[in-house]
Amino acid sequence: MKKPDRKSVIFFLESNAVPILFLIIISIGVPYSGFSVDYLVQEIIIRLSRNSFLVLSLLVPIMAGMGLNFGMVLGAMAGQIGLIFVTNWNIVGLQGIGLAMILSIPLSILLGWMSGKILNMAKGREMVTGFILAFFMNGVYQLVVLYGMGSIIPIGNPSMVLSRGYGIRNTVNLINIRQTLDSLIPLKIGNIQIPVATFMVIALVCLFIVWFRKTKLGQDMRAIGQDMHVAESAGINVERTRIIAIIISTVLAGFGMILYLQNIGTLNTYNSHEQVGMFSIAALLVGGASVNKGKISHAFLGVTLFHLMFVISPMAGKNLIGQAQLGEYFRVFVSYGVISIALVLYAYRKLKEKERAGTALAEAQEEK
Amino acid sequence: MNPLQKVVEKTGWPRLIIGLFLLSLFIIAPFAGVKISTSLNDTLVRFGMNGILVLAMVPMIHSGCGLNFGLPLGIIAGLLGGTLSMQLGATGPMSFFIAILLATPFAVIFGWGYGALLNRVKGGEMMIATYVGFSSVAFMCIMWLLLPYNNPTMIWGYGGTGLRTTISVEGYYLHALSDFLAIRIGDFVFPTGMILFVLLLNFLVWVFMRTRTGTAMTAVGSNPVFAKASGVNIDRTRTISVILSTWLGAIGILVYQQSFGFIQLYMGPFYMAFPAVAAILIGGASVNKASILNVLIGAFLFQGILTMTPSVMNSLIQTDMSEVIRIIVSNGMIIYALTRVKKGAK
Repeated sequence: MKKPDRKSVIFFLESNAVPILFLIIISIGVPYSGFSVDYLVQEIIIRLSRNSFLVLSLLVPIMAGMGLNFGMVLGAMAGQIGLIFVTNWNIVGLQGIGLAMILSIPLSILLGWMSGKILNMAKGREMVTGFILAFFMNGVYQLVVLYGMGSIIPIGNPSMVLSRGYGIRNTVNLINIRQTLDSLIPLKIGNIQIPVATFMVIALVCLFIVWFRKTKLGQDMRAIGQDMHVAESAGINVERTRIIAIIISTVLAGFGMILYLQNIGTLNTYNSHEQVGMFSIAALLVGGASVNKGKISHAFLGVTLFHLMFVISPMAGKNLIGQAQLGEYFRVFVSYGVISIALVLYAYRKLKEKERAGTALAEAQEEK
Repeated sequence: MNPLQKVVEKTGWPRLIIGLFLLSLFIIAPFAGVKISTSLNDTLVRFGMNGILVLAMVPMIHSGCGLNFGLPLGIIAGLLGGTLSMQLGATGPMSFFIAILLATPFAVIFGWGYGALLNRVKGGEMMIATYVGFSSVAFMCIMWLLLPYNNPTMIWGYGGTGLRTTISVEGYYLHALSDFLAIRIGDFVFPTGMILFVLLLNFLVWVFMRTRTGTAMTAVGSNPVFAKASGVNIDRTRTISVILSTWLGAIGILVYQQSFGFIQLYMGPFYMAFPAVAAILIGGASVNKASILNVLIGAFLFQGILTMTPSVMNSLIQTDMSEVIRIIVSNGMIIYALTRVKKGAK
């Protein structure tokens, strides 16, 4: 093994700039926030169990070279619709969670298929298209949930329906399934509670991703991610494979949303899904992932760092400058800033590579 | 291909549907008990309010930077101009022009930085523009709290620091343009000044696009290799187009405020790029082609739908579905445009 020289240290710093920056922000913020270690550890564990699944759902499209799947929000919507039905039918506990997941699958597949079709029409602009698609489908979701449910789609539970007779209320109480998975296998170490069962489910999805990478389909996706044209000439059905990547991501996002909401315990019918995409993507990027590179470890590190910042920044802002509001704006700014930096770095490198390839080609032609 | 098919092909299905939808709204309106004069008046006012924000898309589309999702950056320059003008104690219509004057240096600096950034990320402009817009709005949220403004009409009553989320421009530049030469017929008020101002700026941009720099801009957008070969400095031309777009965004928001009556700070400008983008696309623009006519038609059609749907829908089925329709129409239009880009056209 070679000794780490200066160059490799710089390379390490460069490729992990975002997580390192976050570590610095957090190490300054933690003492100012005044939270106890126990509290922070507990918060991190809760948030890891709540958000990891959602973040992991982003990995497959990155592998297929489709960038950050802003369209994961579609899966979140499917998960929410599953939960609305389960609450309506009054199905309690794990069966409720299971049924909601089963209900979300056909919806997620349909939405993912549609999303994949549209993204295939916008190759090279997948991210911005997925981003707008999430907005668009939010409109369709509102049309269905706010106007369709209770009028066309029967909703028997009157406490869920708005007083005008149709449309789901702004908040749906998920008391039936609230934290049933989290508290299935209780474990308490000191003062800290660990939702073992939820982590087991998350471990399962990690295993799935590791296994999937090794399958023929996974290899195809990686080939497409490397170079779409080479993959195409190697006989891989690029369009179909890309659609499958998005479908897998959408289905996983639907499951992730159900896990997320079972932990929180209330569904904000018209808001819960909106922020999920942004926060998941920001968390993954904070963990050191980029537009074309995402590992399972990035997801966990990212959720830890990103949510630690989320927990401490209002209090740190209050103690440091005297305004909690400032801390809240700060964390919003950081979430968007991180995504911006990651996007800029990726696009910049891509352009540089293209230029380098162009000059190399020109030189090669001159030599002839 | 018969002539009808040709027309459909040329205008595109979504645009046709939206046009027919608006037409049917205007036809249904009298039967639904909606006053045509008020709706037409509202449409005109909103056309004037948003006209320049839509126009701010044009220079960047021309130079090949794509749709200006980073419009909030220009809006922030406008907000700085407006608030500074009030802070410095300018009153009445004069404060409007001072606001434009004060906003200009900010717009130029922001636009220059934004342009320099976009030149380094060619090919990925739109996604990055979106996030530049978002992050700058979030950053300014912090700044609005910290900047040392002290005009009592602008800051929070208690505490005494930090700007309010909405600031009334009454006594400052409220209706500075709208009331200029306004024509009143019953309850129909034609905001002559504002419409003239919008048309004037549209005309100026039209003229600019025909100058040497403007033509270079179009050349860079349609064929960068050819433009480079004919001696155009691509990066410089693109930067100019971004500065111009940003500056138009700044003026656009001031025109918007003088009619609306309030300055909206903090998260206010967050989603403002999307209606403007949707409007110019509805007007017939694409990701790499836009004309002044697209701006005028688009702003009118889009704002027409926004004003007509709530009133007509409300009186027909007693539900306000306008918000949902707005989301579906505007974002559907953007998706349509994004999926229509030809691969080689970059």
